Amino acid sequence: MGNAGAVPAVRMTAIEKRFGAVRANRGANLEVRQGEIHALVGENGAGKSTLMRVLSGMYPCDAGTIEVGGRDVTGWTTAQAIGAGVGMVHQHFMLVPTLTVAENVVLGREPVSVGIFDRARAVREVEALCEQSGLRVSPERLVADLSVGEAQRVEILKTLYRGARVLLLDEPTAVLSPPEVKELWNVLRRVRDGGATIVLITHKLDEVMDVSANVTVMRQGETVARMATRETTPEGIAKAMVGRDVDLTVREERRAKSEETSAALEVRNLVVRGARVERAVNDVSFTVAPGEVLGIAGVEGNGQTELLEAIAGLRVATSGSVLLGGRDITALGVRARGDGGLSHIPEDRHRRGLILEYSLADNLVLGQQHAYARHGILDRAAIATHAREQIAAYDIRPGDATLTAGALSGGNQQKVVVAREMSRAFSALLAAQPTRGVDVGAIEFIHGELRKARDAGNAILLVSAELREVLSLSDRIAVMYGGRFVTVMPRGAASEEALGPWMTGAKREAAA
Amino acid sequence: MNERLRVTLEEGVLPPLVALVVALVAGDILILTYGQAPGTVWRMLLEGTWGNAYGFGQVLYKATTLTCTGLAVAVSLRAGLFNIGAEGQLAAGGFGAALAGLALPAGTPSFIAVPVCVIAALVAGGAVGMVPGVLRARFGAHEVIVTIMLNFIVLALLNYFVSAKLHVPETLHTPEVHAGTLPRLAGSFSGFHGSAANWSIVIVAAAAAAVGWFLFRTKAGYELRAVGLQPQAAEYGGVRVGSTWRNALTLSGALAGLGGINFVLGYKGYYEDGFTGGAGFLGIAVALVGRNNPLGVVLAALFFATLSQGGLAINAMVPKQIVEVLQGIVILAVATAVPEVRRILLSSASRVAARLSTPRTSNEAARR
Repeated sequence: MGNAGAVPAVRMTAIEKRFGAVRANRGANLEVRQGEIHALVGENGAGKSTLMRVLSGMYPCDAGTIEVGGRDVTGWTTAQAIGAGVGMVHQHFMLVPTLTVAENVVLGREPVSVGIFDRARAVREVEALCEQSGLRVSPERLVADLSVGEAQRVEILKTLYRGARVLLLDEPTAVLSPPEVKELWNVLRRVRDGGATIVLITHKLDEVMDVSANVTVMRQGETVARMATRETTPEGIAKAMVGRDVDLTVREERRAKSEETSAALEVRNLVVRGARVERAVNDVSFTVAPGEVLGIAGVEGNGQTELLEAIAGLRVATSGSVLLGGRDITALGVRARGDGGLSHIPEDRHRRGLILEYSLADNLVLGQQHAYARHGILDRAAIATHAREQIAAYDIRPGDATLTAGALSGGNQQKVVVAREMSRAFSALLAAQPTRGVDVGAIEFIHGELRKARDAGNAILLVSAELREVLSLSDRIAVMYGGRFVTVMPRGAASEEALGPWMTGAKREAAA
Repeated sequence: MNERLRVTLEEGVLPPLVALVVALVAGDILILTYGQAPGTVWRMLLEGTWGNAYGFGQVLYKATTLTCTGLAVAVSLRAGLFNIGAEGQLAAGGFGAALAGLALPAGTPSFIAVPVCVIAALVAGGAVGMVPGVLRARFGAHEVIVTIMLNFIVLALLNYFVSAKLHVPETLHTPEVHAGTLPRLAGSFSGFHGSAANWSIVIVAAAAAAVGWFLFRTKAGYELRAVGLQPQAAEYGGVRVGSTWRNALTLSGALAGLGGINFVLGYKGYYEDGFTGGAGFLGIAVALVGRNNPLGVVLAALFFATLSQGGLAINAMVPKQIVEVLQGIVILAVATAVPEVRRILLSSASRVAARLSTPRTSNEAARR
């Protein structure tokens, strides 16, 4: 610590922050040098966001000191932080969709002439800022028309417009596609070269390796390690994050699988209407054998969501049929399909997978509430026992079944969904983005559970935006593009290079 | 544990209390503008309500109807729907009870007549509630619009039936029912003498307990609340959202209809046009202040009943409309302070917006 000479841009010492009984930060330390990109990593719920909110003045800390540029600023307000050039770029965009880019950027600091908003000057100023920072986005466009990546650029511009010299970014890549992520790194490097200091919250280790100079690791509210990125490895960081060795390698071992037993899950000529297109799923057929994982790769929005929802019974298929263990379930409702042996980890745990205001115990029986009721009356004792067992088996934290699901971190919320879907009797599992927004330790755990389910003879249909996840878990890989399966290949033949052209639509053929 | 208790107190109990304090302060100012001493007026209000048996009986009587309409609105809000039709449902319930009481032969024993009349009230209110429920589930018609409109239709129809077919000459009420009336409390407790409080209070209290049990202890209640909180997650959990909407609004209407027995069976013995007097609309305020919780609804109903009766007690010193101002202030303060009220208002606003932008998909979702 304390590299001689230069005053650090940020120094936080022994920060304590409690929320009721939860100690979000316990004696956390952070030192960020002037003009560096500093990665703050840790599992979900490790206290990274809290630490940054303390720094940006959103929360007062209970103990500890904060220095920015050598000045003690402990206990400052958001307004003071912005005034001193510390700005936070939020994970969830705070933009007004009906206003233009320029209007959003200057919001709260509008240039005025004779008391009237000077639109022309706002546009000029934002244009100049775009030029200077290299963040390309047209100031006259409506925010509602922007892509997610562009919206994020506007968020960063907004922060820069307010004169931020220290930028705090909270998981900026969670919503971006891979090319947008690359573009973001370029932008951040340029902003840094312009003299700014950047703190980047993330739990993706490749991002840390890509852009950061130094990395601080948090675990359970404490900062457990600080290292130079060049001198460490992803494994080293992962170990510090979870406190034990983690296997990050893509597993290639495959069991010898018996030849084509009868299909556990079969889809025949399925056509499904989407919100905007008539044929979001366009004549898709496939089978998944017991003990097999069929992975669906593809850029999001190519019909994967509609396909899985149609199989689960959440969407009506226009034509075609779905068979579970040879039985046609196309006409059945969600509950009957579930009772027939279909389990489903939905892609959006906040909207579909959980009722955030319900307790963990109530969430752990969602979809099986009828199995936990006698004559229509809930069996509270059985629900509580079930919750206790699942919390223990899946190490859900905090392990209090009466807490609402909304009080948990993203990784633990996903564990609740996985625990629920794995604990019911099933023969086929739909797993949509099973590890989205989940930290390293939980990813490893969930992958392990999926492998266990497969080894127990269940069919798994996996959809993931993470190509590496698809490659790591699947026996066969299908690529979905424009609502069709454009190719299906065995794991042995698949690689990022082999799948890429199919995913982008560069190669098109009807699937065999 | 302590933490959770604190949160419950802060979120559940604090907003109504703050609203009460705000209303009291505003009331003080109003009373002062009439040149009266607030302390004296408040004391008078309390003495005229909880201070003597007649006033207390009147409070109980008014609270009984308000509990029903409050429960009705609370059940609909728990399902994520806003039933503004309690006024018409209450009238329909009263009319149903009166019809049943008129249809029964005189001298039918109470143990048969009362249940028949009560069920008639539930069915009549439930039938009116089912209309917006079905329209919502089948066609995605917004329940707020439908329930508001239905109030006019139902009240006009009842007015027609009573004035054209059933009224006693020179009045706007039906003949007295032959059977099914509920005795006044004054019959058993002489202190209540002259007050309208009657044994429907027991039936309504049981209904409030049953609603609490239903919402939190039964599978159907679990599913109803799930639909209200996150319809997509409920759908994922195998709940048929459309039928849950329909059932919730039917139950809501039935509860409002139950309120009709208080006037018809317990007080007058006949249906009278306009007997509801806004109790259906006040039920919205009762549900909001009661935080959609059955026990809270009962307490809020007692509170609003106290204000309403108290207005009469202080009429000699200040205009009784002061209490209406106070009611308004309490409603506004609670609506601002209560988180779920804000959420429901926001979500129904965004629901309307979503429907406007993609009519087809939201109809699809509603139909399922």
